[in-house]
Amino acid sequence: MSHRTPAGRVHGLGSAQHGVDHWWGQRLTALALIPLIIWLCISIISMIGADHATFTSWLSTPGRAVAMLLLIAATFYHMKLGLQVVIEDYVHSRGWSVTLLVTNSFACVLLGTACGFAVVKVALGG
Amino acid sequence: MAQVERPLSPHLQIYKPQLTSILSILHRMTGVGLGVGTLLLTWWLVSAAYGPESFETSQAFIASWFGRLLLFGFTYSLFYHLCNGIRHLFWDAGWGFELKTAYTTGWLVVIASVGLTLISWIAGYASGGGA
Repeated sequence: MSHRTPAGRVHGLGSAQHGVDHWWGQRLTALALIPLIIWLCISIISMIGADHATFTSWLSTPGRAVAMLLLIAATFYHMKLGLQVVIEDYVHSRGWSVTLLVTNSFACVLLGTACGFAVVKVALGG
Repeated sequence: MAQVERPLSPHLQIYKPQLTSILSILHRMTGVGLGVGTLLLTWWLVSAAYGPESFETSQAFIASWFGRLLLFGFTYSLFYHLCNGIRHLFWDAGWGFELKTAYTTGWLVVIASVGLTLISWIAGYASGGGA
């Protein structure tokens, strides 16, 4: 039986039932990012001072390109979920909250797509 | 819709700052910082896709004193968020909630994040990053 008030039911207020997806998404991407981030740090250190040819040939192997794509996907999804919670918690004005939530979603998809395309282009030698 | 004035929880300012609460807010702050830092990562990767000239520009910016300062902050934020994130995952699994354990793992995160940052930068300079 529902403990919600009839008025609450009519207004459709309350849980949207998406909380568990958000929670799992945040944790699974966190788990995936542990090895990926350690790999990225070691890679960046080894690429310090590298010129364009060195860097692009390094990124061109399938293993590295795939690892970089996975890192990008996990990073920007994790970032979208994390920033969303920060906005929901601290931005109390409805207008600003919605504006920032939409901007966050768009920005994460935009940056993730740009990074992903860059990796594919470099990996395929273009 | 009618707004009900419900009682608020006590304001945070009345609490004495503790290691656990500072680490908690630092997790969010480093998270937001890393979000801003992805702009640098995006620029770096996209510049490589544009070609040698633009890649040189982004590499030169990162190698500048301001670029290094940003990268240092980014590195520390990354390792802090990584270490404390692992602490969070243990909590999610139901482990480490005892007060003593929470403090021990908290200090471990502080030591590990500072240590990993220093090791990375020493390794970076040793591999020719100082040039």
